Amino acid sequence: MGKLADNLREYRRRYIQLITAVLYNCNLPGFVRGTISKGALKGVCVPGLNCYSCPGAVASCPLGSLQYAISSSSYRLPLYVLGTLLLFGVLLGRVICGFLCPFGLIQELLYKIPLPKIKKNRVTAILSYLKYVILAVFVIVIPLVRLVPGFCKYICPAGTLEAGIPLVTMSEMLKSRIGFLFSWKVFVMALCILICMVCFRAFCRFICPLGAIYSFFNPIAFFGIHVDPGKCVGCNACISHCLMDTKHVGDRECIHCGECRKACKYNAISYGKIADRSAHIK
Amino acid sequence: MNNTSVTLKTVIKWALLVTSVILLAIGIVTGAYDDVKARAIRICMECIGIG
Repeated sequence: MGKLADNLREYRRRYIQLITAVLYNCNLPGFVRGTISKGALKGVCVPGLNCYSCPGAVASCPLGSLQYAISSSSYRLPLYVLGTLLLFGVLLGRVICGFLCPFGLIQELLYKIPLPKIKKNRVTAILSYLKYVILAVFVIVIPLVRLVPGFCKYICPAGTLEAGIPLVTMSEMLKSRIGFLFSWKVFVMALCILICMVCFRAFCRFICPLGAIYSFFNPIAFFGIHVDPGKCVGCNACISHCLMDTKHVGDRECIHCGECRKACKYNAISYGKIADRSAHIK
Repeated sequence: MNNTSVTLKTVIKWALLVTSVILLAIGIVTGAYDDVKARAIRICMECIGIG
């Protein structure tokens, strides 16, 4: 029983990720018939990146919903989707990235493949700003100007992996309509998968607009990982151990995965309500 | 860390929380939930790369 408790504690985050991925995509008949869910939950957005055209998806993708809301002529302001993103962001910030995003889980599993790894450096730190450019251009400007969901259409590898490939495989009608766009999206997805094998969570760090949105809330979210200033000695072992491009625990690049806790010899890092963000490092 | 900054952050996060609930409520009342659902129950051709 002790071993089981230890195992649960050590792999708690992984179990949460797996359960989340299953809950987001538990429409099993969809996988069998090649159809998508039409249930009531499709009007609700999940916190993480999960294409609503995935045969298994039971709810909506917040990023896809935001782009459609912006591009749709029937909307004035996408209050419902903005309210959803605001709620998720202020409650959890990028805890969502670390715990509640299936595509984040996929990337972490890909990183486990034994290949040479690219460690974080000045280039990756600069590339971490790219996701804000992608947010501005593909999630906001393109839907406004071209009236199409720019990120979903031209980039999103989650949509290709979770929805495009399964649906096209199961439908002769869709298969007959494949063109350059599908080939491009498969290429982008394959590239993303390859890079994620050698660069930890490369999509999250450099591309994901949803992570970019939630990163704005990291300094003020109600819940997440934080440092006890009374115990922290400023050794920076946490940052050295972290695989993301963080400068301090809980900053905009922190996905609250808790790996830094393993490196801290002073038990200064814990989860909980974030009372004070800035007293991190002495 | 001074107390003013902590108080300001606390005020901001509670204000954002209340704002998010208000936005959600307005969105639901104005039919945005139905719009999201109507979109999501149809296969998104752009998302799957068909265009």
